[in-house]
Amino acid sequence: MTELTKHEPTTIYIKPSTGLAALNLRDLWLYRELVYFMIWREIKVRYKQTMLGAAWAIIQPVLTMIVFTFIFGRVAKLPTDGNIPYPIFSYTALLPWGLFSAALNQASRSLTSNQNMVSKIYFPRLVLPLASVLSGLVDFVIAFVILIGLLIYYRVMPSINVLWALPLFLLLTIITALGVALWLSAINVKYRDVNYALPFMTQFWQFITPIAYSSTLIPAKWQIIYMLNPMAGVVNGFRWALLGIGNGPDAGLWLSVGISLLVLVSGLYYFRNMEKTFADTI
Amino acid sequence: MTTAISVKNLGKQYKIGAAQQKFQYNMFRDVIVDTLMTPVRIFRALRGQGIRGATHTSMIWALKDISFDLEEGKVLGIVGRNGAGKSTLLKILSRVTEPTVGTVSVRGRVGSLLEVGTGFHPELTGRENIYMNGAILGMKSAEIDRKFDEIVDFSEVGQFIDTPVKRYSSGMYLRLAFAVAAHLEPEILVVDEVLAVGDAEFQRKCLGKMGDVAQQGRTVLFVSHNMSAILRLTQEAIVLKKGQLIKRAPTAEAVDYYLSSGQAESGERIWSMEDVPVTSAPFKPVAIRIKDRGGKVVDTVRSTEPVTVEWEYQLDAPITGLRVGMYLSSMRGEYIFTSFDTDDAAQFEQFGARKAGRYISRCHIPADFFNEGRYSLGVNASSFAVRRYFMDENALSFNVDISGAPGTQWPEVRQGPVRPRLDWKIEKVD
Repeated sequence: MTELTKHEPTTIYIKPSTGLAALNLRDLWLYRELVYFMIWREIKVRYKQTMLGAAWAIIQPVLTMIVFTFIFGRVAKLPTDGNIPYPIFSYTALLPWGLFSAALNQASRSLTSNQNMVSKIYFPRLVLPLASVLSGLVDFVIAFVILIGLLIYYRVMPSINVLWALPLFLLLTIITALGVALWLSAINVKYRDVNYALPFMTQFWQFITPIAYSSTLIPAKWQIIYMLNPMAGVVNGFRWALLGIGNGPDAGLWLSVGISLLVLVSGLYYFRNMEKTFADTI
Repeated sequence: MTTAISVKNLGKQYKIGAAQQKFQYNMFRDVIVDTLMTPVRIFRALRGQGIRGATHTSMIWALKDISFDLEEGKVLGIVGRNGAGKSTLLKILSRVTEPTVGTVSVRGRVGSLLEVGTGFHPELTGRENIYMNGAILGMKSAEIDRKFDEIVDFSEVGQFIDTPVKRYSSGMYLRLAFAVAAHLEPEILVVDEVLAVGDAEFQRKCLGKMGDVAQQGRTVLFVSHNMSAILRLTQEAIVLKKGQLIKRAPTAEAVDYYLSSGQAESGERIWSMEDVPVTSAPFKPVAIRIKDRGGKVVDTVRSTEPVTVEWEYQLDAPITGLRVGMYLSSMRGEYIFTSFDTDDAAQFEQFGARKAGRYISRCHIPADFFNEGRYSLGVNASSFAVRRYFMDENALSFNVDISGAPGTQWPEVRQGPVRPRLDWKIEKVD
């Protein structure tokens, strides 16, 4: 009780919102502890009652890398850039891609799987997709350890750029994932079609992202269109930062960044505008 | 005194067509038909008729023209039947859902106990869930640290605090969930029916806690079907009926008004479509009637004659473990008895699993049972420990006339809700 008297309570006005809702990110900041707890809960619960536990974070990208190496590296003999061995070439791309696709998967269902919370309690709903996306970082870090092993094994030395570039490209992955996740999770509240469309969408998206192949294989006249996919920028960025191949930040990358930000901002607005109907339609 | 809550012309409109469409999805056949209709629906959507163009969506006002002010430190009770808009009002006040029209200003943090245990994860331990749930309810972790021991103490789960809650009994789970919520310290507390669950001992404890909260000078809004809890904890109450505020008065008066008002006068209550929440499916109450010895539907029964209570209902799908029954309570809100149609083991054997169809459960209440006054009949249809399909704590009320009952030669009020004709023997011993 003593605590209550310390600060003057603020008055909240509740009224029907009209027009475009304000982003009101301050609210999200007030609930930052909840974001932290939700991330912690997802991590804590993710590999409960599994036999292999967190090893799954390694098994998935490593097995994919092995299959890719066999099919695309050995059988199809796809070229990599600058003499980089195929396993490390694909694994470097699989890392951000894994983060991205897992984030979409978790976050698109974040509102519907926490139905109880959404329909009973007030909190900024942004917390849920945000926490889902961020919780994927743990798996990313675990899988990254394998990459360090591969770098040592294949004697690839990243340039000094990696120190600033890697965090920035990681941030770009998160921004892209969050932007798409906001759209998907909000749509999913009303139309559960998202659950069925998502696996197909992720698979399609993987094909148009330079994971198994190099983006230099795309003809020059298609490059601009190709780079409209922000994940293409992310993957190229990872390869440039870690393996030193590609051009580094160029026009194509800025295009990717622009698209990412556009998706994020539009996603935020869409989410905030749909938010008021969540409790009624979920 | 400052105003803690000020509600002005508040209204909330829902689409009911949409809800019913979802509800029909119970049958596989509907899903198939619906799938085949997809091209038609998409075509309609493209033509701008809306994706739900196929069904007639009608709008219903769950709340309409609600205005009231509440001063800081007051405890306000909210009573009304199922579907009267109580929960909608609380949801708006706690910002879960937005009003369609009107404004509310709320001074201070609103903590809601709309449902305890929200956000509990079965895989997490009791300790972890306390922190998780606290954060969801808007507590800071420092605040939870400070109150942790108190919460564990209150919940009585003690040594199991580091066990995943999926291993808890439902009672333990509930106690822990309520304990976290009860230790919130918001300026305004919104409580909805949390006390309907748990054993009697724990309910007493919860009511005690609620009383403490009220004593500490916090503003509390309390929704319950339990009239004695409302009477005990609140000084003032509002009565909602079909989304409208029909009465605001000191609690005793408001409760009296609520219990004796409404459809109850005729001795029969018929549920119309919109009175039945979608969530009660596949159970659908049809009507409840009070009949006298001659089988006539009556509002006033004679204490000296037996009474029949008849509850008619429809099952849209088979239900197993079903029990359909009633609560009888006095106008003061004290329970007199609770009885279910399958209380008898042999009866349960035969009717525990019921096929779809229309049923009537009849109950005979013997003569010489009721005392003078008005009684309230509540109904409940549930499968024990599985689900409560439907409940209405005040489905019907009726009067009792005591002419001819034992002791009526003395014109006085007899204490107690029952007036049995007991077998007295008088013996001269000396």
